[in-house]
Order: sequence, then C-alpha cells, then structure tokens
Amino acid sequence: MANVAVHKREPLVRIAKRDSMPLWQSILIRVLSIVLALVVCGVIIYMLIKVNPLEVYKSMVEGAFGAFKEDYKFFNRRTWITIRDTMMLLCIAVGLAPAFKMRFWNIGAEGQILVGGIATAACMIYLKNLPPVLLFICMIGASLLAGALWSLLPAVFKAKWNTNETLFTLMMNYVAIQLTSFFVALWENPFGSNTVGIINPTGKEGWFPPILGLDYLMNVIVVMTITVGMFIYLKYSKQGYEISVVGDSENTARYAGINVKKVIIRTMLISGAICGLSGFVAVSGASHTISVNTAGGKGFTAIIVAWLAKFNTFTMILISLLLVFLDKGAIEIASKYDLNDYVASMITGIILFFILGSEFFVNYRMIFRSKEKEVQ
Amino acid sequence: MENNIAVKLQNITKTFGKQVVANKDVTLDIRKGEILSLLGENGSGKTTLMNMLAGIYFPDSGHIFVDTDGNGLKEVSICSPKDAYELGIGMIHQHFKLVDVFTATENVALGLDKSIAFNKKQIALDIKAICDRYGFKVDPDKKVYNMSVSEKQTLEIVKALYRGANILILDEPTAVLTPQETDMLFDVMRNMKQDGKSIIIITHKLNEVLEISDRVSTLRKGEYVGTVDTADATVSSLTEMMVGQKVTLEIDRNEPVDSKERLIVKNLTCVNKYGVKALDDISFTAYGGEILGVAGISGSGQKELLEAIAGLQETVDGSSVEYVDPNTGTSSQLIGKTALQIKNMGVALSFVPEDRLGMGLVGSMGMSDNMMLRSYRKGFVFTERKGPKNLAQKVKDDLEVVTPSISTPVRKLSGGNVQKVLVGREIAAEPTVLMTAYAVRGLDVNTSYTIYGLLNQQKEKGVAVIYVGEDLDVLLALSDRILVLCDGKLNGIVDARTTTKEEIGLLMTHLREEENDNG
Repeated sequence: MANVAVHKREPLVRIAKRDSMPLWQSILIRVLSIVLALVVCGVIIYMLIKVNPLEVYKSMVEGAFGAFKEDYKFFNRRTWITIRDTMMLLCIAVGLAPAFKMRFWNIGAEGQILVGGIATAACMIYLKNLPPVLLFICMIGASLLAGALWSLLPAVFKAKWNTNETLFTLMMNYVAIQLTSFFVALWENPFGSNTVGIINPTGKEGWFPPILGLDYLMNVIVVMTITVGMFIYLKYSKQGYEISVVGDSENTARYAGINVKKVIIRTMLISGAICGLSGFVAVSGASHTISVNTAGGKGFTAIIVAWLAKFNTFTMILISLLLVFLDKGAIEIASKYDLNDYVASMITGIILFFILGSEFFVNYRMIFRSKEKEVQ
Repeated sequence: MENNIAVKLQNITKTFGKQVVANKDVTLDIRKGEILSLLGENGSGKTTLMNMLAGIYFPDSGHIFVDTDGNGLKEVSICSPKDAYELGIGMIHQHFKLVDVFTATENVALGLDKSIAFNKKQIALDIKAICDRYGFKVDPDKKVYNMSVSEKQTLEIVKALYRGANILILDEPTAVLTPQETDMLFDVMRNMKQDGKSIIIITHKLNEVLEISDRVSTLRKGEYVGTVDTADATVSSLTEMMVGQKVTLEIDRNEPVDSKERLIVKNLTCVNKYGVKALDDISFTAYGGEILGVAGISGSGQKELLEAIAGLQETVDGSSVEYVDPNTGTSSQLIGKTALQIKNMGVALSFVPEDRLGMGLVGSMGMSDNMMLRSYRKGFVFTERKGPKNLAQKVKDDLEVVTPSISTPVRKLSGGNVQKVLVGREIAAEPTVLMTAYAVRGLDVNTSYTIYGLLNQQKEKGVAVIYVGEDLDVLLALSDRILVLCDGKLNGIVDARTTTKEEIGLLMTHLREEENDNG
C-alpha cells in the first residue's frame, strides 16, 4: 500500500447530470448532432468514392423528394411515396407507444401488421361486392380485430403468469409469417407466381380512394387521426393515466386499486389493434397486395422511432420522417453512384449514432479539469 | 496532533446541478482508532460527503488528505472506489453492493487481482481469519440470496476489511437491523476500533450516537456545524446542533375521546408464497379516535396485516375484518372486497417501503399527477386535473414540501419530502381508518414531528389510526395502545401509557404461547 500513487490529478473529464435544459438548447444540440453526422458522412464518402459530399447529399434529398429539375414541384410522386412510408412507420410506432409506456415490450408489431394485412386482404378479396363504405368498415374492423387477437395471447400470459412478453411477441411474428405464406399460397394470382398480385386491379375495390386527386392523402388522414388520438389518450385519459402508473410501478398501481392485469391486457389489445390497422394501411393504402414482406422490418424500425420520440406521438412524426428520408436517400445514392447497399446502411448508421449520442449531451454535462466549462 | 489523524477533509464543496449544494466548504478530521458519528438531518449531505471519500463522487473543490502509511497526511485524489480501496477506505452503503447468486467468498473475490481471485480456498480462510479477529459470523459458502439483511451487511464489512480498509464508513447501518443485530454490530465496531481502525457511522438515531461513538460531527444543510466529544453530548444538545433550534422531544398525546369500534379483526390469517403463515390468527379491535401502535421486529407480519386490511393480500378462509361505518353505524365485511372498494369506504393505507417509492407513488410523475392516483377515476373518460393540482399545492404548502414545482417528478425529491407527499395525500382523502407503516422511516427529527402532528390531528378528528413503527420510543410516546406482533402472531396489546420499553421488547422477541407450551 505504501507505493500507491497517492497524488493523482483530478480526472480530466467528469460527467454530471443536468437538472434541466431550455428547450431551444436541447433542440440546438440535436440539430448540431445531425449536422455533425452529415459532415462525418461527407468525409467518409469523399475518402471512399471521391465524390463531392454535397452532391451526395443532394442526391439523398432528391431520392426522398424528387429530382430538382426546372419545373420542380415539392408534392411530386417521390415526395408522396416518402409521405406514405412515413405514415406507415408512424402508424406502427403510435401503436407501440401505449405498450411501451406501460413497459410492455411489444416487439411483435411485425406479426400484428401481417395479420392485420391478411384480414384486410381477405375483406378485399371476399367482400369486394359490398358498398365501399361498408367494405371499408369491414376492413378496418377486421384488421383491428386481427392485430388485437395476435397480441391477446402474449398479453394474457403476461398478466396471468408473468411470462416474458419480449420473447412471446417475437415468436408470434414467426407464426404470423407462416400464416401469411399460407394465405399467399391460397390466394395465389396468377397461378404459379407464388404471389397474390395486385388485388382488385380493375375495380380498385378496397383501395384507399384518392382525395383531391391525391393517392396518399387518405393515408395521411387515417394515420394523423390515430396519432392525435393516441396523444390525447395517453396524456389526458383515465386509461392513459393508468398505463403510466402501471408502467412506473405495479405495486403502486395495485395499491391505488388499479386492476393491473386488466390494464395490461387492455393496453396490449389497443397496441396490437393499431399495429393491425397499420397492416390495413399497408395493404389497402399502399401495396394493394399481401406478402411475407408486407411488414418488411418496419415493425422493428418503429421500435427505434418510439424510443427516440420518448413515446411522444408528435415527436414520432419527425423521427419517422427522418428514418424514411434516410432510407430513400440511401437507396438513391446507392443506385446513382453504383454503390452497394452497405454504403447506404453505413450512412444511416452514422446519422443514427449521432442522434442517439446527442441524447447524452442533453441529459448530462461534462466538466473538464480545473475550469468549469460546459460542453454541449 | 497531526499524527493521530487518519483522514482530513478540507473545504470540500460539492454541488449537483446549479441549485443543489450538497456540501459547502466542509472541513472534517477523522482520527485513528476512533468511532466518529456523522449526524445530520435528511439531505444535510452526510452521504454525499462520505461518497466523495469512497470515490463515488468527486468534489467540486477542496482537498482530501489521507494518512496511508502512518507517516502523516498526504493529499490524495480519489477518482473511483478502487482508488478509495487502495487508500484503505471502505464504505458500506445503505444498498448493499453484492451479487445475489454468488457465495460470500465469491463476493469478496469479485474485483480482486486475478492472481488470487480464483483461489477461493485461500480467500475463505482469510475471511475466517477476519471473522475470528473481530467477532463476525459469516458462512463463506452461503449464497447471498439466502442471507438475512444483517448477514449481508456483515459480509459487506468483511469485504471492506479483506481489501485492507483501515477507514470504514457505515451509511445508516442500523436502519435495517433488529435491536439484537444492532448490538452485535456495535460489538464488532468496538473490536475494530480496538484494532486501530477508524470508523465513521452515518446515523439519525441519537441514542446510538451516544452509545457507540467517541466523537460526533454534525452537518446541517450541507455545512459543517461542529464536532463534540460524545462524553459531553446529550440528546438535546445533539438535536440542537442538528436542527439548529430546540425541538421538543415530547410528542403531544391527548386522551382518546368518544372512541367507538371502527375495525374489528378476527382470526386473520395469511399465508405467504412459501406456504408459511405470515399472519397467524390475529384478532383485535381498532377504535376511532385512537392511535393503535403496531410493534414488532421487521418482518413479523406488519406488512401483511396492513395489506390484508387494505385488500391487497389474500387471506385464509375464516379471516374476518369488520368495518363499522362511523356515520351510519352499520358494519360490513372487508374480506372479499377489492382494494378499490375498501379504499372508497375510507380505509386508507400509506405504506412507506424501504425504497419509499415502490408503493403509493409514481416516481416519474410530479406531485400533481401523484395526487391524481386517488381521484383520477372522477370525470368521464378524461382525467380531472384541476383538483389534484390544487391538492398538490395545498400539500406542498401545508407540509412544507421542498420541490421546485408540483410537476417535478417525485423521484427527484429527497426521501423526507417524498414521504410528506405520500402521507399528505392519504390524509387529504379524509379517511376513517388511516394505516401508516414506517411513516417516519429515515426522516429527520423535524419532519418526523410534522408527521406525528398530522397523525394526532387525524386521531382528534375521530379517525382510527394504525401506526406501524420501528422506533419504540416513538411508539410509546405517540400511541394509545400498542399491538405487538411476534413471528406473525399477536403477542399482546398493551396500554402505551403504562407499559415499558422492556415489556414491549420482551413481547417482540419472546412468544408467550411458546413459553406456555414449554412450561
């Protein structure tokens, strides 16, 4: 013990938790992090392919919002596709919000989307002779019900026997994928193609109707309604309050006379139902077909959206848009500069890394040796 | 003089954020071979100060000097618990830092140099040597999850000693111990002192301070007040140093007036998850307008008793809890009703668990939203916010809750303030039965008296108060009658005005029936 270095210096950097931070400052940090991410990406891109990074970013924007030609209109086809995909992702994230807020890790959105999609497709195929309004009611009802049913099993098991919902919901995804394969085989069209093909291509029965001549405005209306509704539900309703209490402390909930099992099952049903509804939006409002790729990993991406937004459904809009934008932009540069998908994933990864990293600086401050200096 | 000082803290300041100054310009000496009590109210910065010595925090400014080799003080900087250990400083935290699935030996081995960490045989022998030297009892092969709280604490101390700690810091070590275990701990502490170790004990309990320590240093609101020799100190002089003003140690107690039967408990039996009877055939009556104290060694069935009455605990067939409505005089059976129904009848439970937040409060919500926990069912679909907000403001003002705002998450408040919020809310609901467990757990003297005052007010209003407490002195001063639980059985109900501490102590530890059986 005698030869221990007893006279050490103060550590170079110390980390302390922040009390709070003005809103503008936290926004500034987040914006800066994105700028910084773009700079880092730029350097790497230049090192790899010697292309002006600004050109690359321009291509990314073009990928998401259409090529900048002379007669450029913002609301062009590409922008609408971006909006459509954003809405899809947002819808799933909004569906996950109540479950996550309750600390019920529903990672079974993939499966819930698929069964919702199957239910929608079934309505489109078998009930296409119904009047449109009735058909839509059936599709919405069926997809909600399917998603809810798919989440019922893990919810009941969690409530009654406290099983691990993460594994349970995850495994339900694979069941849903197999189920989808079965229905794809059943509805195969044309025969031998191993796909369902576009459902009702001529009469467009069960397709989202264009509103004001815009194909995807309906998607926006449907999803935004749910988003606003969920925000109010979580923040101001009694059930939303119960979700917060159960999520924070089950003991407290029990003590306050809240029926914890009931809340778990109810919340999970809502979560599953909305994820099922995203299946409806995907099938009826976007692809007009069903396949095992209908969910396409969006159920998992939505988890990132929900977390980054801290379960605030309005923040989810921005995050969804950002992720979809990155995805579209990455695909564009991959094809334009003849790169493979990895470069695209790399750029997305770098940007996400910086965004997540910025949360650290929002919540903590760093104190450097000797002089008290805040670093943002 | 200099040579007998083991640690010197000089002008230590530590702040959290911009507003909270946990320690301000604290200067403190710890001598070799002494037991120093560090006394102070809640939030006076005792634990923070010691955490800086243990390497958990780093001071904003100030100097720490440690005598590592007997050659006098040297300035050091302690950046991590590892640094602290290298300087011979070991801290036993309130929340033990042990791995549950490891044995005692494995826990000691954890973090040791690789060359010896896997020589469990040798470590077990060393542990035994330490135990023999100071009088510990540790089974080296026992897994931590099988250990009692006292055993875990002992293991923590052994772990610190094994790593060569000469300066031991104990953070409120007796809060979780029974009186017997406390005595054992104090014996060991005296042995360690004899061996030349310096021991710092953080505590609120004045009688313990007087019993065990050589000197007492006091902090108040983060600032150093002074140090006195224990021989010169009395309960009231220490209290004065601690709170800065004289506090009457007497608790007012009025005779119960017009007491009527409120809660008639008969043959109440509960079985815990291991199939053991946590409550065994308990029968008693609680009256309106009186405070019924419940005494017992921790884990004797107090929690189960309150939870069974509140409808949170399954009971065995034949149990009966009859509630007499003070307004109508009609009686109804509580067993079989849900927690919510019982609550709505006016039976309130405020249980302060060890972690304070686990039951009754939602840590991530503000005071306002926590008030809503009782009333959120009012209104249609949407929660009503105005009432809870006003209530939160009222509780904040009435009980002097220190919080930046009523929307600040209660998790961020200090323990005492959290308890005020909890008790304040239960009282605000105007209950007819108020059950409270450990309401003053870990609270400083001033706040405790606020809570006693609140309970007395409720009693005068005709509420039947059931008070589960740990401190016998308080139980004796506050209650009208005291119900003593022993091992899940009702071991007697005594008149608090005439009984003695010894009588209750005996009832807590010796089951009368057993004595009868044996005799």
